[in-house]
Amino acid sequence: MKAKPMKRTIAYYPGCSLEGLAEEYDRSTRAVCRALGLELVEIPDWNCCGSTPAHSYNPLLSAALAGRNLALAEEAGLDTVMTPCPGCLKALKGALHKQGEDPNGFQDALGRPFEGKVRAVSVLQLLAERIGPEALRKAVRRPFRDAPVAPYYGCLLTRPAAFAQFDDPENPVSMDRILEAIGCAVPDFPFKTECCGATYGVTRNPIVTRLTGRILDMAVRAGAAAVAVACPLCQQNLDLRQAQVEKAAGRRFRLPVVYITQLVGLALGLTPEEVGLDKLFVSPESLIMNLDAESETADSLSNAG
Amino acid sequence: MRIGVFVCQCGTNIAGTVDTRAVAQRALDYPDVVFATDYMYTCSEPGQQEIQNAIAEHRLQGVVVAACSPRMHEPTFRRAVEKAGLNRYMFEMANIREHVSWIGQDRAANTLKAMELVRMAVEKLRRNEPLFASEVPINKRVLVIGGGVAGIQAALDCADAGLDVVLVEREQSIGGKMAKLDKTFPTIDCSSCILGPKMVDVAQKENITLHAYSEVESVSGYIGNFTVKIRKKATYVDWDACTGCGLCMEKCPSKKTVDRFNEALGVTTAIQIPFPQAIPKKARIQKDACRYFTTGKCKVCQKICPTGAVHYDMEDREVVEEVGAIIVATGYDLFDPAPYGEYGAGRYPDVITGIQFERILSASGPFGGHVKRPSDGKEPKDIVFVACVGSRDKSVDRPYCSGICCMYIAKQAILARDHLPGVNCYVFYMDIRSPGKNYDEFVRRAIEEYGVQYIRGRVGKIYPNGDRMVVQGADTLLGAQVEVEADLVVLATGVESSRGAKELAEKLRISYDQYGFYMESHPKLRPVETNTAGVYLAGACQGPKDIPASVAQGSAAAAKVLALFARDTIATDPQVAGVLESACIGCGKCLSVCPFGAIQWKTLRDGSRKADVLETVCQGCGLCNATCPPKAIQLRHFTDDQILAELDALCA
Repeated sequence: MKAKPMKRTIAYYPGCSLEGLAEEYDRSTRAVCRALGLELVEIPDWNCCGSTPAHSYNPLLSAALAGRNLALAEEAGLDTVMTPCPGCLKALKGALHKQGEDPNGFQDALGRPFEGKVRAVSVLQLLAERIGPEALRKAVRRPFRDAPVAPYYGCLLTRPAAFAQFDDPENPVSMDRILEAIGCAVPDFPFKTECCGATYGVTRNPIVTRLTGRILDMAVRAGAAAVAVACPLCQQNLDLRQAQVEKAAGRRFRLPVVYITQLVGLALGLTPEEVGLDKLFVSPESLIMNLDAESETADSLSNAG
Repeated sequence: MRIGVFVCQCGTNIAGTVDTRAVAQRALDYPDVVFATDYMYTCSEPGQQEIQNAIAEHRLQGVVVAACSPRMHEPTFRRAVEKAGLNRYMFEMANIREHVSWIGQDRAANTLKAMELVRMAVEKLRRNEPLFASEVPINKRVLVIGGGVAGIQAALDCADAGLDVVLVEREQSIGGKMAKLDKTFPTIDCSSCILGPKMVDVAQKENITLHAYSEVESVSGYIGNFTVKIRKKATYVDWDACTGCGLCMEKCPSKKTVDRFNEALGVTTAIQIPFPQAIPKKARIQKDACRYFTTGKCKVCQKICPTGAVHYDMEDREVVEEVGAIIVATGYDLFDPAPYGEYGAGRYPDVITGIQFERILSASGPFGGHVKRPSDGKEPKDIVFVACVGSRDKSVDRPYCSGICCMYIAKQAILARDHLPGVNCYVFYMDIRSPGKNYDEFVRRAIEEYGVQYIRGRVGKIYPNGDRMVVQGADTLLGAQVEVEADLVVLATGVESSRGAKELAEKLRISYDQYGFYMESHPKLRPVETNTAGVYLAGACQGPKDIPASVAQGSAAAAKVLALFARDTIATDPQVAGVLESACIGCGKCLSVCPFGAIQWKTLRDGSRKADVLETVCQGCGLCNATCPPKAIQLRHFTDDQILAELDALCA
């Protein structure tokens, strides 16, 4: 592969979920980036993005909290901040939006220099745009043998469109292309962006069991053997709460719900431990059985870059 | 000079935030001003009378009116002062409405600004000179651009009045969008039965020259005398020889060509006559589908053609037409629903657009008028119509109402029930907009007599379930989410400006709005005029319109042309460039910057070369004026002296 002149050092903003519930998302993201020759530099002294409480209380507070992390990345001389969590991503993009909308107010609240020359992207966008499906296909060592995997994007990765500026907001295809590149068969999955119930899992659980149930049901009807996700909250609702959904629906799904980074990692030849597969509640064993034997011909991007 | 100043209150439009009396009072301090007053409506008959009386009484030699933008009423006041015996160019207007009262709330600041604008106008007027228009003959031929129903109507009305008409159509046949429709609302007339005779008339009128499959390349000149270059695109068939017999279409081996006339629902041949009623009924080869053009072998059509009309070496040809007026009737295009990823148009064969359903309904359509769905040819049992796809939606940059969709959905639902009495029709709508004559009754008929089920709410998602589609939406009257299973989903795609509209506008020097629709001269009072003299609008190129409105505008534009052509000459604007020969150094810079070719060389008796302005060609843009090193070219009525005097007044 021809070497491309691109900056391969990327500021990494894990966010709180990836330190706890979604530890495997953190582990697989780091491992995949390493394997693809992308150097992640964790933002030093990063802080909470503010999440739902901050922006419900005051949008400027939310922008300043998220903006501090962007400013730290800019101070470190980096131009791209990547976060796997769509909630954090929305907060980071919201900060950049606020800076454009109300530069003075934002600067006052932030209280430190910030030019706003950094971009915020998700790990999905990084894989889809910085690496691209073609390069990924070449780097694959153990392709999935047409394992049918439904791509589930959730509500925030591509929306609101004015914020996200990535992919089609209602019918995104970036994850579809990545799944195809690593050998999965991607069925037409109409509920790609349907709501999983989000944080209602805690406060009004029946809403989540119903909404998540619809998504799992559609995945089964579309013929999927697993669901690929890119959001810690979606993963939690679809995987951890799957038993609750099954109880409410009176049926069994047993559908593995796997982070896109875990699937890419496995296809790149990483071990199940390296991508934290043991952390999943619904066993992904059936999926691993679908992996091809290691291919000798695959290039390694890290050597080429 | 004795100057009178008239400050208009414009009801409360100006007087609400400007002290007009104080402005008039202050004007009396300006040099040469001998009379000043304010008045409720200066543009009214008594208002004009007051100006005329003052001219007589105070022996005024120049008049300043401080009122609205000169766009509407400068001609009014010029006529008024002329009637009182002044030269019409001894008049100046200060815009204290659009530039002052409408944009600021601070009364003191507004009044001060109005005073300054009046002072500038007075200083300019002090340096004005009487100017006189000359007359040029009008070429009484008219160009109509676009052969849809609006353009056809305009061309026929002009031709009936005896004018020579040149009709340019981009497509292979005239007829426009209306030719693709099955029936028309609210009368369920057959579209081609009412349009067809008009199309035939166009072909048969001796005084209509039709350039089909042609595009306007460039437009030069001015009202009364335009020169238009038209590119006749290569059809690879000699249309003088072609009889439209259709033998070539029977024998053409490239039978898998996408049928654009049938909105890609069927296939046609590479050599094609788009539809049976086409005017002109002549064949054309679609190059990218033709076996000969893609592989170098075939030539079946050339061999079979009884008149030897097929010529593979044909090239685009340019013709030049001289006309005195232009009617633009370039119509509209339909919104491409691709931005609505959640609707799946393009991904799911049974999610189609309104115009596609129109072709399905049509007896000359891809299924011969039998209502079937594209995926498997089955008759649908349930059809869902989705309104406002690409209308009234800011997120796709289409915030406006397309105006026709509510009606065409009601029509299509009625027709579907007529074709298949057992079919269930559902309509998801935001509001029903049916303000035309007999329109609302028509929608009520769809609901009450035809049992079409109207659901008020937006559709959020369309997805397949087995071989049917699930339409998931909101019923905002019930306050509930609903799902409707359907065999066929029809997206009522909205109206957008025609492809290439902006490029054509640049050629015609007319303006367009942010969506590419052409701007009329006044939204209420000059709906078919543009701000470029001699260029008129008809139909949906100006904004979404149904058939009756388009036809009415076609006739209206024709009437405007006839009024213009009722005279033999037209007065030219004397506000053009003029050369002071004693100052001209013959450098030629003005010749190179003039965008209209209005300046040429003139040799004086002593052999020296001087610039010379063709007054009928000059548009008064002022480029030469700004470029001329010794300032020998001056734009009359906007001389350097006049403009500097205004600036001095402002800075004083």
